Amino acid sequence: MLHLAEGLRLPTNGLDYTILGIYFAVVLGIGFAARRSVKTSLDFFLSGRSLPAWITGLAFVAANLGATEILGMAANGAQYGVYTVHWYWIGAIPAMVFLGLVMMPFYYGSKVRSVPEFLLHRFGPSSHLLSSVIFAVSSVLIAGVNLYALALVLKALLGWELWVSIVVAGFFVLAYITLGGLSSAIYTEVLQFFVILAALIPLTVVGLKRVGGWDGITDTLSGRNGDAFMTAWDGTGIGSANPLGANWLTIVLGLGFVMSFGYWTTNFAEVQRALSAKNLSAAQRTPLIAAFPKILIPAVVVIPGLIALVMEPTLGKHKDGLQYNDAIPVLMRDLLPNGVLGVAVTGLLAAFMAGMAANISSFNTVFTNDIYAAYLKKDRPDEHYVATARWVTVVGVLVGMGTAFIASSFSNIMNYLQTLFSFFNVPLFVVFIIGMFWKKTTPAAGFWGLLTGTVGAMVNYFWFYKQGIVDIPSDQGANFVSSIVAFVVGSVVMVVVTLFTKPKPAEQLAGLVYGTRSPGEPELPEKGDDAWYRKPALLGWGAVVLAALCYIPFSF
Amino acid sequence: MSDKSNTPAAAQAAKDVEELERRSQTAARLFDVRRIIGGLFVVYGVIVTLAGVFASDEDLKKAQDININLWTGIGMLILGLAFLLWLRLSPTIPPPDAGQEKEER
Repeated sequence: MLHLAEGLRLPTNGLDYTILGIYFAVVLGIGFAARRSVKTSLDFFLSGRSLPAWITGLAFVAANLGATEILGMAANGAQYGVYTVHWYWIGAIPAMVFLGLVMMPFYYGSKVRSVPEFLLHRFGPSSHLLSSVIFAVSSVLIAGVNLYALALVLKALLGWELWVSIVVAGFFVLAYITLGGLSSAIYTEVLQFFVILAALIPLTVVGLKRVGGWDGITDTLSGRNGDAFMTAWDGTGIGSANPLGANWLTIVLGLGFVMSFGYWTTNFAEVQRALSAKNLSAAQRTPLIAAFPKILIPAVVVIPGLIALVMEPTLGKHKDGLQYNDAIPVLMRDLLPNGVLGVAVTGLLAAFMAGMAANISSFNTVFTNDIYAAYLKKDRPDEHYVATARWVTVVGVLVGMGTAFIASSFSNIMNYLQTLFSFFNVPLFVVFIIGMFWKKTTPAAGFWGLLTGTVGAMVNYFWFYKQGIVDIPSDQGANFVSSIVAFVVGSVVMVVVTLFTKPKPAEQLAGLVYGTRSPGEPELPEKGDDAWYRKPALLGWGAVVLAALCYIPFSF
Repeated sequence: MSDKSNTPAAAQAAKDVEELERRSQTAARLFDVRRIIGGLFVVYGVIVTLAGVFASDEDLKKAQDININLWTGIGMLILGLAFLLWLRLSPTIPPPDAGQEKEER
């Protein structure tokens, strides 16, 4: 949870508030203008599967570039140094490329409308319902946590009361999602992406000048925090100590494989953006186009974290002083004049709202499509589901706002919840990866793998770790062990259950399992999609190579 | 609940999506986001550039003697105009409606 220090009040003036006000007006305008495009439930949930790749790609990266991510990764930069780049180059890029090149043909080709719906096709109703319920509950609670974090930040930066921020931000998200569905969520995410960059780039430029450029940072921090602080891999040998508390093996397997693949490939709030693309080629390119900005984002997030540490050597050292999470707000306060400061405040607020909107728009899809229409009220006319989805959005935002208010009195509980959800994706990933690559996996195995994996992670976290039965040094370490537990328990259970239950007949698995093809005519490529720069393989491998090259200056 | 009943449900879902995709109006009626990005960034660009033109000494000192409002404003203005230019050069092509498609076949 974000807690900003007192005394971070920004010197905003009327100019800054004008910039913020214009943004709110535009966002509302997008909602009203997108409304006329919503004719069917598919328009509301997936923009009618009709958006071009550059829009879905930028929305894909923006849905992840929430304010908690921006402030949190700058904080990691100040706390762990250059190690933070692992969250990007190994902890995101390989998984994004895998999603685009390997998994997207199954997702998009099977015409599913959500990640749980894929489980309906591959396994059956029981795992479908289980994952839908887990997802619906967790996304609404995460929306509430996001809203609470936003309120805390705005209170520190602008002096707004908590309830004002919660009500105002909640209302705007409610308005534009209810009106325009996923289209308005995606459009505001694309807008937010550019606004936040227009804030972070000037911040980094001015900050670099203040501390004497990259050389200034390196000299100061190498001297103060040791040489390893400014490198990616020094001190990550097994058994040696480093600020991150992880070795190269746990970085590669834990962060780079289990956690990152779980998040990027099965988190519906992300995958939904790709499913709204206009054809298979565009869907594949969605995470691949997103990978390129993702590679470069550390330059405007991690570097400001380092700059803040140079400027404020006491950052994170005293309990009641400035915290690591304050890194970017401190730079905003000390370096940005009115004008750009307004852009920065708008960017942060936009990032919070977009993060919440991504949770809400994926929640209303899963609740309406995978729970309501699939099990509660079947076979109603499509208009009924569009209306339901709008009401579900209202209820989702209100529950999120309620969660945010409760969170303000139980802030520790929200911490646990957030951590808990961070590894809910791992059991889902196990079920996906085994189900996609092992044709024999049975429907029962899907259900039990998902259930035991989730329960295993919870048992590890709440019982073994919180009760102190197993000694794990940090929360970060506990998350990692929970993910491993979820992964191992889920896969073992799936293999065992598969051996004793009946698989689905092969003809029902066409287009759902590796090595098979969707029935019917293959989709014809659209004109222009055969251009070399639109080849998914080239984009994907290009991103992997670029991420690897980025490591070079920080490795030797 | 039994997993045996899933085949019709899954097949029905896929069929529903095809039907909905035919009736979808997003492609035909959703406005182009380039217009919004372009418009907003031109407005922001003008505001922030003006703040840079009339920057006080205090503002300049705070931003380490870089007229950051001026540069950011110009950058935003260029980005906004670039999006509007892109929209102008390759406007959205409305998809052929169902009737035309039949004739072509």
